[in-house]
Amino acid sequence: MSALELCIEGIGFWAPGYPDWNAARAGLRDGTPADPAAPAKPSPAMLPPAERRRAPQPVLLACEVAAQACAASGHAPDSLASVFASTHGDLIITDYMCSTLASAPRELSPIRFHNSVHNAPAGYWTIAAHCHIASTSVSSWHASFATALFEAAVEACAENAPVLLVAYDTESTGPLLAVSPATSIFGVAMVVAPAAGRAPTLRLALRGEASEASLPVGLPSDLASLAAGNPMAAGALPLLFALAAGGKARLQLVAGLPGTLDVELDA
Amino acid sequence: MPEPIRPIAITAHTAVSALGNGLAEHLASLRERRSGLRENDFTEEALACAIGRVDGLESRPLPEPYAAYECRNNRLAWAGLNADGFLATAREAIERHGADRVALLVATSTSSIGATEEAYARLDASEMPADLRRSEVHTPHSLGLFLERVLGTRGPCLTTATACSSSAKIFAKAERLIRLGLIDAAVLAGVDSLCGSVLFGFNSLELVAPQACRPFDARRCGISIGEAAGFALVERDGPARAPRLIGWGESSDAHHMSTPHPEGLGARLALEGALARAGIAAADVDYINLHGTATPKNDEVEGAVVAASFPESVRASSSKGWSGHTLGAAGILEAVITLLAIEHGFVPGTLNCEQPDALAAPRLALDNEAREIRIALSNSFGFGGSNCTLAFARGAGA
Repeated sequence: MSALELCIEGIGFWAPGYPDWNAARAGLRDGTPADPAAPAKPSPAMLPPAERRRAPQPVLLACEVAAQACAASGHAPDSLASVFASTHGDLIITDYMCSTLASAPRELSPIRFHNSVHNAPAGYWTIAAHCHIASTSVSSWHASFATALFEAAVEACAENAPVLLVAYDTESTGPLLAVSPATSIFGVAMVVAPAAGRAPTLRLALRGEASEASLPVGLPSDLASLAAGNPMAAGALPLLFALAAGGKARLQLVAGLPGTLDVELDA
Repeated sequence: MPEPIRPIAITAHTAVSALGNGLAEHLASLRERRSGLRENDFTEEALACAIGRVDGLESRPLPEPYAAYECRNNRLAWAGLNADGFLATAREAIERHGADRVALLVATSTSSIGATEEAYARLDASEMPADLRRSEVHTPHSLGLFLERVLGTRGPCLTTATACSSSAKIFAKAERLIRLGLIDAAVLAGVDSLCGSVLFGFNSLELVAPQACRPFDARRCGISIGEAAGFALVERDGPARAPRLIGWGESSDAHHMSTPHPEGLGARLALEGALARAGIAAADVDYINLHGTATPKNDEVEGAVVAASFPESVRASSSKGWSGHTLGAAGILEAVITLLAIEHGFVPGTLNCEQPDALAAPRLALDNEAREIRIALSNSFGFGGSNCTLAFARGAGA
């Protein structure tokens, strides 16, 4: 499979104690620990105050990192196609829906129902950003980060336009913890654009073989525990670690069962 | 405006829905105007509404090797995969192209949430019962995991979950992958199954009709929910007689999570994108399979967009009166219905519509009509303002 060549034009990041890419980069590169004084949850300024209070965690997280990545890239939020990815979707709402259906199905909340769709964060984002360009919402279980990055790259190269990738997972709860574990929240966003003559930051090629992906050696403990408690963090941190280090690197990301995304990085 | 694309061939397709099992039964139901909707006999708690239920899934477990994926949604997928010999055709294509040159693009909104609902109904000391403690059926990617295991594809494998536009959007994804030379073929699957979440969820939004839905009827009052599995095999090239995907358009409403943009801005952008990529004008379109959910708002907005964009000679209809709204499977089920209309030269009418909306009336087919269809569109619009329009042609060079 021929490689897709892309430039990363902006990055957004949010995890407990690492409220943006600068903080995360310092953690990844220099081992700076999580900041205990950082906000406990993301609070994206682009959402109206009422929605900032009421919106589900994945919506807040996705809008926060998406807005950061757009700002870093210099692209207006209403000018970008987007790919939203989550391993599990909103497990807090899944738990609510299934509990309510088991006890009093007629009492299901209409707002929580429409927030239960996998593309709810994409819906809130396009509304807040006034963006009429196409958006998709995807999942590939534990391969969600790499397959969504690949999908964003495909869209960017096919349509010759920058694409906003937003990848996140939030906490699990109740009986779901045993089957869909996630104990922390993590989101990353990247604006990727076709290299089109520039020196590419990323060369991506997908192949249908088992991957030898693993967490990077030397990942600081706060970020290693994030990877252990969040499937999207586990998928994304190998790439983010290499990006924070800068320079050239080759790595593999889990992209399916079996599937490997080969990444050549020149950051 | 986007550049025209090179059409891709649809070399096999099939569906299982309340209309029947496979193409012949779908065609017969459409021809005979036999609706698949029935009174709700699915939910334990009474809910007065009509549903489009696929019979017999309860007594058709998955073959033993696939037991880990056991759930209603994957049973429905298995039924679809085995209709019209699709599985054998797909395996032959995977063999011919090589497994790493074939993508598996699946689409669903419900995925196997029905299994999670069942686990919660049978909790044992706050834990899921042992038979349902299977991570593979509590993920949005359940359908993808199951089909990847059955088919053995090694190309990109991705679930698209954008509510009711999901299984239209996978056609666009396949075209982009083929255009970039990353794959030679893709298996497309859209499967959604009946479950409490969607029946009581849409009910909570007051969007479910008490009787069978009446798309574009002035007295319409909501949707009927159905279930379906639709499959398509798309390839870079195919026999001249194979229908083609000639265009697609995607957009976002950027208006509201669960009601359409009042002027249909997103719908119009999706339509314009599909026409531009197909390199055709609105006047070239013979038939439009409308989203036509039968909610007051969708049909009003969609009817106005079609009235503003197409001459009165175009024929348009909604097939939801047959199947119900199959949500994440609607895009591909209605693509299959559109391909039947193209192949057999007829416009399916709009079942249950007796007093058509004035705006939609001139273009809306109520009865079935015999008509040569060279080019047809299919609309799919979803929650979160996610829109997709697909354009199909009768064969190469149509």
